Amino acid sequence: MNNRSPAEKGRETLIELAGITRTYGMGAATVYALRGIDLRILRGEFLAVMGPSGSGKSTCMNILGCLDTPTGGSYLFKGIDVGGLSRDQRALLRRNYLGFVFQGFNLLNRTSAAENVELPLVYRGIPPRERRRKALAALEAVGLSGWGTHTPGELSGGQQQRVAIARAMVIEPELLLADEPTGNLDSRSSQDIKELLRAFNWGRGITVVMVTHDGQMAAYAERVIHFLDGEIYRDEDNGKRPV
Amino acid sequence: MTVETILLAFRAIRRNVLRSSLTILGIVIGVAAVITMVTLGGGATAQVSSEIANLGSNMLQVRPGQGFRPGGGARSTAAPFDMKDVEAIRRQIFGLEAVAPVSTKNLQAISGNRNWSTSVLGTTNDYLAVRDWSLQSGRSFTEGEMRSGNTVCIIGTTVQRELFGEQDPLGAAIRLEKFFCTVVGVLSSKGQSSFGLDQDDIVLIPLKTFQRRIAGNIDVASVYVSALDGVSTAAVKEDMEGLMRERRRIIRGQDDDFNVRDMKEIAMALTGTTRVLTTLLGAVAAVSLLVGGIGIMNIMLVSVTERTREIGTRLAIGALERDVLRQFLVEAVVLSAFGGVFGILLGLLTAALGSYFMKVPFILNPAIAAVAFLFSAVIGVVFGYFPARRAARLDPIEALRYE
Repeated sequence: MNNRSPAEKGRETLIELAGITRTYGMGAATVYALRGIDLRILRGEFLAVMGPSGSGKSTCMNILGCLDTPTGGSYLFKGIDVGGLSRDQRALLRRNYLGFVFQGFNLLNRTSAAENVELPLVYRGIPPRERRRKALAALEAVGLSGWGTHTPGELSGGQQQRVAIARAMVIEPELLLADEPTGNLDSRSSQDIKELLRAFNWGRGITVVMVTHDGQMAAYAERVIHFLDGEIYRDEDNGKRPV
Repeated sequence: MTVETILLAFRAIRRNVLRSSLTILGIVIGVAAVITMVTLGGGATAQVSSEIANLGSNMLQVRPGQGFRPGGGARSTAAPFDMKDVEAIRRQIFGLEAVAPVSTKNLQAISGNRNWSTSVLGTTNDYLAVRDWSLQSGRSFTEGEMRSGNTVCIIGTTVQRELFGEQDPLGAAIRLEKFFCTVVGVLSSKGQSSFGLDQDDIVLIPLKTFQRRIAGNIDVASVYVSALDGVSTAAVKEDMEGLMRERRRIIRGQDDDFNVRDMKEIAMALTGTTRVLTTLLGAVAAVSLLVGGIGIMNIMLVSVTERTREIGTRLAIGALERDVLRQFLVEAVVLSAFGGVFGILLGLLTAALGSYFMKVPFILNPAIAAVAFLFSAVIGVVFGYFPARRAARLDPIEALRYE
């Protein structure tokens, strides 16, 4: 029954995972990263994913983000069966609906913050002028107006992560996936990042799934699921709602 | 998207100046080395060939003695030639354009307070025909001068410069050993021979004058002949050998005590040598091209880690495999083309400088330049593109995690 979100009423389903497994290796050496995950995520939810290292939470994130392919089970995104999509179709899905924030930021080196933020728009075929305008707006939204010309090397970790969030948000995704976004940051910067993610979730109704080790981080989410040994063993409602 | 891709590639190139310039440098050095070496080699070959043509490729020389050895080894106990041999050659050998007897000695030539050591040739006007040599000014010997052995001479431009400077030498007298002779003509300049000898460092006097006043005998040291156009020098050589064996009564099985040298053989040997040299230079250049290529490879492969993560990031935010490939392909092509163009320019420059200082003609071989360019371009593109292709085919998560 842990599949039922407490906030189900009145909101449509964005994601539905059924019996998702992910194994590495073959035969006797097979390692199970995910042992059958059933999960429904509703549009507009802020979901925190917790669990010890190796519990499968990151693998699950990567599958949600179409960065990795599950070994078994079905994944419906907006009712579309992702398992039946080609590589390119999955790339298009990422391009149009998904935003990523990684623990290691993954910004392009020696590339200005604005150009980093523009990158997803380049692949969407947005003309340069509009791209620049949107990128600067996104940087402003994460509190980095005026930092557009700085390269990642010139920015602090917290600032880099905010650039990464701007890059994820600039396409106004359906779903924002954040894999330990504050894992490399000090507590002050972590606080900023948390606030930003919640602001996007509440203000723009973007669904957020965030992996974290940090209980305080998880406290920002309206729903927390716990992974253990490749399975979801707890799914709890934090009682927080977007206003 | 095409313009966009090119812009993206340019941005990526500019972003990593060090890596880009090292890649370009590899190509530049390879291409420039090949162009320089092959151009210089080609110039040297062309120069040697033109000198040989200048020397007269239809010319043969016959001398007493068993062979031309360095250090005057030809001067042996073999009986010298005389004018009767010359006449016999003139009469009995078919297909000759001209026959010139030549005796020579190195002497001090003196005019006023200047003196110059040069080689004095006793010969006839036929020597000019054999060597295909024209006069720059003045006249050749008259029949009377040649018959009676008058003290007249024709000088080469080097002798003119050394003894007379800017003054007109015609009618002036120069002293050779114990006698004076009057300059009646100046030879046109032939320049250096491919053996490095200055061909213009020469004084011609009538053979009879030489025999009487310098040698003190009636010997002829050697005979130069030139074959008519269309007559095989090999056939002439054979005829001459037959004639001389007969005249000198050399029986079957006995070695010749004279030898006939065909300039065409020497020409071919020399051209062959320079060609080998050019090939060698080309090989050295090919090695540098290869080394340049390995440099490119290294840089491209070293940057794979960083680039793989970049590719992972691009894939994660929605790039298609072909978007990434197109970007990397354009990047590699642009880098290689830059390197190739710079390499060609640098190669042309060094080849031009080199040929200027080595005094060889500047002869560009566009095919070699094209091959060098293509080779580097292919290396650049292959090693820029294929690691990227491998990375772009990974699952995005694997590319992102690549260490």
